[in-house]
Amino acid sequence: MSNTTLWLTILVIGTGTYLLRLSFIELWKWLRVPPLLMQALNYVPAAVLAALVLPAMLRSGGSIDVSFDNLRLYAGLTALMVAWYARSMLLTLATGMTALWLLQALV
Amino acid sequence: MPSRRETFTAGALSVSPMVAGVIPFGLISGITAMATGLTAVQAMTLSITAFAGAAQLATLQLITEGAIPAVIVLTALTINLRFAMYSASLAPHLYRLGPGWRLPLAYFLVDQNYALSINRFQYQDRGPDPLGHWYFLGGGVTMWVTWQASTLVGIFMGGGIPRGWSLDFAIPLVFMAVLVPNLRHRFHVAAAVTGGFVATAAGSLPYNLGLVVGALAGIAAGVALERRKGG
Repeated sequence: MSNTTLWLTILVIGTGTYLLRLSFIELWKWLRVPPLLMQALNYVPAAVLAALVLPAMLRSGGSIDVSFDNLRLYAGLTALMVAWYARSMLLTLATGMTALWLLQALV
Repeated sequence: MPSRRETFTAGALSVSPMVAGVIPFGLISGITAMATGLTAVQAMTLSITAFAGAAQLATLQLITEGAIPAVIVLTALTINLRFAMYSASLAPHLYRLGPGWRLPLAYFLVDQNYALSINRFQYQDRGPDPLGHWYFLGGGVTMWVTWQASTLVGIFMGGGIPRGWSLDFAIPLVFMAVLVPNLRHRFHVAAAVTGGFVATAAGSLPYNLGLVVGALAGIAAGVALERRKGG
């Protein structure tokens, strides 16, 4: 990516994000959110985040790999258990990275 | 009646337990930005204009994967669509303020600050809350300083971390930690499972479109289940 494209990408993301935050605070005098849209927005974080996480574990080498060679899958599953029970970003990060380093050292 | 300053401080104190969770997230995003090849100025510009960790990390991951700008922008803004939802949810409490308040307050609309402020607006006091926006500002400024400072520290650490440490794996781990508290109901679990597996199955589509397809499938699954079975 050229430097100009990179700058443009950064600025469009920044401006767009601000406009999303401002959206309904500004528009409230004129319009209300349709219930179906509100319902759909409610599922965006779960759907998008999972769509980022699962391919990073299951396709870590580019293609789908559920063999024991796919260390990121097993490190990720370990971290997922910690994320589920401990609900801590720091513990999830520490467990996942440590598990990956241990597996890389052992295999 | 508490003063403006006391209300601002109350907002700042209420988000402070969450600061510890934000620091590693900020460090990772600073480190990753440098590993991705951004300059320090570009990394800080992204951090200050977007002020949204998950979208920043997704942006960096997609730059590394060589995605086209349209997909990067679409993904980042999709992740940030939740801010439009927060905006709609806070609007009844903020829209009467003048533009001198509305425009800067919108900038401080981040997850943690939203959660605490809507709690105050909706549940704590059914009466009028003439100082609620000071509470929101206190929480927002605290989150902002924490985020920008930890990102900046990450930027300075960034160059010195060897590739063999596989630090890029920290990105999905951070997403995982952000994802789990979002699974409040089995409909959310269905949205996540569908989104995750469809994105994986569609992972060979060009321009990282599998991510967009997966996210849309997940959202559709959540809405469809909720409409069929009811809340």
